[in-house]
Amino acid sequence: MTTILTCTLKNLPSTSKWALRFPVRLLSCSSQLRAAPAGQTKSKKTLAKPNVRNIVVVDGVRTPFLQSGTSYKDLMPHDLARAALTGLLHQTSVPKEVVDYIIFGTVIQEVKTSNVAREAALGAGFSDKTPAHTVTMACISANQAMTTGVGLIASGQCDVIVAGGVELMSDVPIRHSRKMRKMMLDLNKAKTLGQRLSLISKFRLNFLSPELPAVAEFSTSETMGHSADRLAAAFAVSRLEQDEYALRSHSLAKKAQDEGLLSDVIPFKVPGKDTVTKDNGIRPSSLEQMAKLKPAFIKPYGTVTAANSSFLTDGASAMLIMAEEKALAMGYKPKAYLRDFVYVSQDPKDQLLLGPTYATPKVLEKAGLTMNDIDAYEFHEAFSGQILANFKAMDSDWFAQNYMGRKTKVGTPPLEKFNNWGGSLSLGHPFGATGCRLVMAAANRLRKEGGQYGLVAACAAGGQGHAMIVEAYSK
Amino acid sequence: MVASRAIGSLSRFPACRILRSRGYICRNFTGSSALLTRTHINYGVKGDVAVIRINSPNSKVNTLNKELHSEFMEVMNEIWASDKIRSAVLISSKPGCFIAGADINMLAACKTPQEVTQISQDAQKTFEKLEKSTKPIVAAINGSCLGGGLELAISCQYRIATKDRKTVLGAPEVLLGILPGAGGTQRLPKMVGVPAAFDMMLTGRNIRADRAKKMGLVDQLVEPLGPGLKPPEERTIEYLEEVAVTFAKGLADKKISPKRDKGLVEKLTAYAMTIPFVRQQIYKKVEEKVRKQTKGLYPAPLKIIDVVKTGIEQGNIAGYLSESQKFGELAMTKESKALMGLYHGQVLCKKNKFGAPQKDVKHLAILGAGLMGAGIAQVSVDKGLKTILKDAAITGLGRGQQQVFKGLNDKVKKKALTSFERDAIFSNLTGQLDYQGFEKADMVIEAVFEDLTLKHKVLKEVEAVIPDHCVFASNTSALPICEIASVSKRPEKVIGMHYFSPVDKMQLLEIITTEKTSKDTTASAVAVGLKQGKVIIVVKDGPGFYTTRCLAPMMSEVIRILQEGVDPKKLDSLTTSFGFPVGAATLVDEVGVDVAKHVAEDLGKTFGERFAGGSLELLQQMVSKGFLGRKSGKGFYIYQEGVKDKNLNSDMDSIFASLKVPPKSEVSSDEDIQYRLVTRFVNESVMCLQEGILATPAEGDIGAVFGLGFPPCLGGPFRFLDLYGAQKIVDRLRRYEDAYGKQFTPCQLLIDHANSPNKKFYQ
Repeated sequence: MTTILTCTLKNLPSTSKWALRFPVRLLSCSSQLRAAPAGQTKSKKTLAKPNVRNIVVVDGVRTPFLQSGTSYKDLMPHDLARAALTGLLHQTSVPKEVVDYIIFGTVIQEVKTSNVAREAALGAGFSDKTPAHTVTMACISANQAMTTGVGLIASGQCDVIVAGGVELMSDVPIRHSRKMRKMMLDLNKAKTLGQRLSLISKFRLNFLSPELPAVAEFSTSETMGHSADRLAAAFAVSRLEQDEYALRSHSLAKKAQDEGLLSDVIPFKVPGKDTVTKDNGIRPSSLEQMAKLKPAFIKPYGTVTAANSSFLTDGASAMLIMAEEKALAMGYKPKAYLRDFVYVSQDPKDQLLLGPTYATPKVLEKAGLTMNDIDAYEFHEAFSGQILANFKAMDSDWFAQNYMGRKTKVGTPPLEKFNNWGGSLSLGHPFGATGCRLVMAAANRLRKEGGQYGLVAACAAGGQGHAMIVEAYSK
Repeated sequence: MVASRAIGSLSRFPACRILRSRGYICRNFTGSSALLTRTHINYGVKGDVAVIRINSPNSKVNTLNKELHSEFMEVMNEIWASDKIRSAVLISSKPGCFIAGADINMLAACKTPQEVTQISQDAQKTFEKLEKSTKPIVAAINGSCLGGGLELAISCQYRIATKDRKTVLGAPEVLLGILPGAGGTQRLPKMVGVPAAFDMMLTGRNIRADRAKKMGLVDQLVEPLGPGLKPPEERTIEYLEEVAVTFAKGLADKKISPKRDKGLVEKLTAYAMTIPFVRQQIYKKVEEKVRKQTKGLYPAPLKIIDVVKTGIEQGNIAGYLSESQKFGELAMTKESKALMGLYHGQVLCKKNKFGAPQKDVKHLAILGAGLMGAGIAQVSVDKGLKTILKDAAITGLGRGQQQVFKGLNDKVKKKALTSFERDAIFSNLTGQLDYQGFEKADMVIEAVFEDLTLKHKVLKEVEAVIPDHCVFASNTSALPICEIASVSKRPEKVIGMHYFSPVDKMQLLEIITTEKTSKDTTASAVAVGLKQGKVIIVVKDGPGFYTTRCLAPMMSEVIRILQEGVDPKKLDSLTTSFGFPVGAATLVDEVGVDVAKHVAEDLGKTFGERFAGGSLELLQQMVSKGFLGRKSGKGFYIYQEGVKDKNLNSDMDSIFASLKVPPKSEVSSDEDIQYRLVTRFVNESVMCLQEGILATPAEGDIGAVFGLGFPPCLGGPFRFLDLYGAQKIVDRLRRYEDAYGKQFTPCQLLIDHANSPNKKFYQ
């Protein structure tokens, strides 16, 4: 997460034109390629369950995801969130009184707008009668926002939900030290001049040293990049494999952007600046250029570099979720169903980023599907090494037996169905907002490529993970 | 306590660790012709890098012995001769151990200093060859790298260590009364600077990998890995090897420099050390400090200083010569034999000879949140035992909980724990006033006040709530366990577990079994004690068991000596200069005057005249005046918070005056006073063995040294008798017997040993 603070992409050479000519390389581990036989029938026609409300995504939007410190750097988080919300209102023309509830995910909280969902909704012109709350669950905060909404609809509490997420890494709260804060608070309470002077006399210069937002996992004091590097080493993922995967992500994202496939992106007129229309972190480079970078975390021999990690990103996303009958009654043609989902958690030290490995089989079993039923995989890419380690873990009987309590391996997702329009490595990863992007990418890919089921999975700080099945809306 | 702590760190010797040894399969050999089967060492070639893997058979650790040494030389000669090999990696295939040190038995087998010197010189030669190797050698260290292992590693051109808790580097030779005899005294000062090298060699402390990196002892760190496609330990060693191979290649290609960038402080220190005057001052200062701490009782530290000095002032050749000669001399000293004996004893007392208990203790309950109870809780929660701490009052309970928290928090301050780990560990502790949850307890340890009726009361209360399999252990220092067990419904489940205060610092646990205690109960108590990190002696029930019983006659003599007009400060200095870590008068204050009185009264009644000597009246008067020792602020000394040099309690003068007895001049020299104390102690120890309270002399030595502070340089009462001669002690006892009577009558077993000089406690 914040750990990526230390690794920015500035080392990367700016987009070299000829790099585009590079064919998209397949990963060296060809065993992972298991193309599903064409025309295969799904094991299940639909995931609709009797007596359970169908929940649909009407539509979703996101601001362009920008590298932090660029065009959004003077904004506040609720400004970005508001842009996503107004964009959603515009895109869907949903009457604001219809929205029952608004939920947003965020990770690094701006203390002034700790309930950023409410501040953004008020400014975006939603009804002031619509309650809003903010959730946090590291990189799966937006997923938590969506599933919280799903729960509210499924239990019949609400019919129409707006879920989203926002992250502004251009500005983070940096605090006074605890000692300084204590002195300032005590000073506030001091009544006499004498008391004040005696407090001030205790001041020491080191009180002024600031406290940055934690760059490390609280329980283990290890930064995420460091953990990713160890994870890659544990699964013997080489530097070359990681660079190849990162290049694939950037190349696919560039292609998707050029072909106009990233239809959830809405233009955002930044006050005082030009209108931003597209993501700015997509930079296909070359393996040779990437090989030149020094490791960012485990120096000097690690394998995780700025080029094969996701970068610090500003961005916001929002999504309109409804009970199916409500959407139909209002005349919408939904994009997808939100189906079964799971949250998992494991050892935050050695398995910090293995969430997808644990969550994938669990959600498939819950839905009664197999890997072959999935047409579009959308996994969150925190690091190339993390994705590849997850692949290897999913492909290992030993790991499945010793750590997952399974008899056999999960199996790896076929690469041609995997993150075909880029991923967090290239599109960017605003912690609180990524979840909605994943779901919209899955939904849009199913519509475009003509599949039925999408699987969204992500890892998060704290050793947690999430997976959800997205079903294309066919009617 | 310094000496006992120094010895204490012996417990960190890797031999005591429980290691998982996994079959490790060596992969990726290209030059299979190099795969000759050797016993300790294997090597393969990766590209142009030779990977030398050490794996001594049938052992959890690798130790440097003659076979390993010769195999290693064979392999190195092949590597040096091969055109295809340009560099080498030295690694152990055992998780948790690089090389744990030289084989102690190899030294013990030597009869003359010359033999030992020869061993040292052979090793020096080998390591010099390594140091001068034109093909760079990288030591890849995972696990303990101690003694000779460290000396081997620092002879290599480059060192890479895993940043694992098990990875420690150190020169613990001093704890065995010897010195690093394979070039360590010469290389370490050059590598980490003279002050740091002295610190390592004189304290023998273990250095964790991250600190070793800062000191310049290792060049790179490798993070331990979690599970991947193989078990974590296995993959971590593989990864370490992979990283080491890339560095070996880099060194051979001259892409990586083995020289380290030194920080400003280091550069300044290095510069200062070039000034002869500064060097002299450092030698002087270190020597003063060592003399003060060892009281001249331990020869090894001074010789270490001497050898380092020779090397720096007169050059390498003189240094190596001096090192090997002093090594030979030291290995023959009584001190070294005593310390090595303690090491062996400790290894023995770290094993559960009663086998595995039927049911593992997972839930522990402790009654009484006093100093002892909380101390026991502290050493239990951090080993993952779910622990209930029960007290009768909320204030007492709160104090106990705070004690546990403080103990853990101090570890956080020393960076041995993270604050998160502290919190997770602390949540293993439940503080309560009632018996809720006792129905799940596998063992209850009571640490309530030393009063038989009270102990009976809690035993009955507890037995009403605990499950059938639950063990009831009593932490008492003197009450016979059979008397406590007399009201039990199930005496086979009752046992004594005598901890020593402060529990987190004192390593000894004395376990007391009655006639009725079942073997499984004993096994269970030993298992818990081992889990708590204790060194364990198991003794038979009897008044005062072993430790308290040996201490009591000595304490009685302390009182008599004080009555004879020796002031407490003088007495303290006499006892510490004999090698006791704490002075005798201070010890009474630390233990608590009321406790001492209690024990003296109890045991006095049982053993009669043999335990007499000093007048009990002295302790009684002190208790009535509230001079209970450190805990009440006053005893023989006055204790004030934050005051380091304690003053004598002048109010004691009137008590001393009222009880004064005239000293007997023929047995009152300084030496006689020391021996009056020690001989009574030793005589009682032997009597415990004679009566079967003690099972083995080794346990007697460990108990005396680790529980009571018997001088470690003497190795414990039994080793002391073996090394210095039983006859001498009997002669002294007879002389004191003439002056004072029965208290000094030597026991039969001791007389037997004196009569036949070939008879030894340790054969």
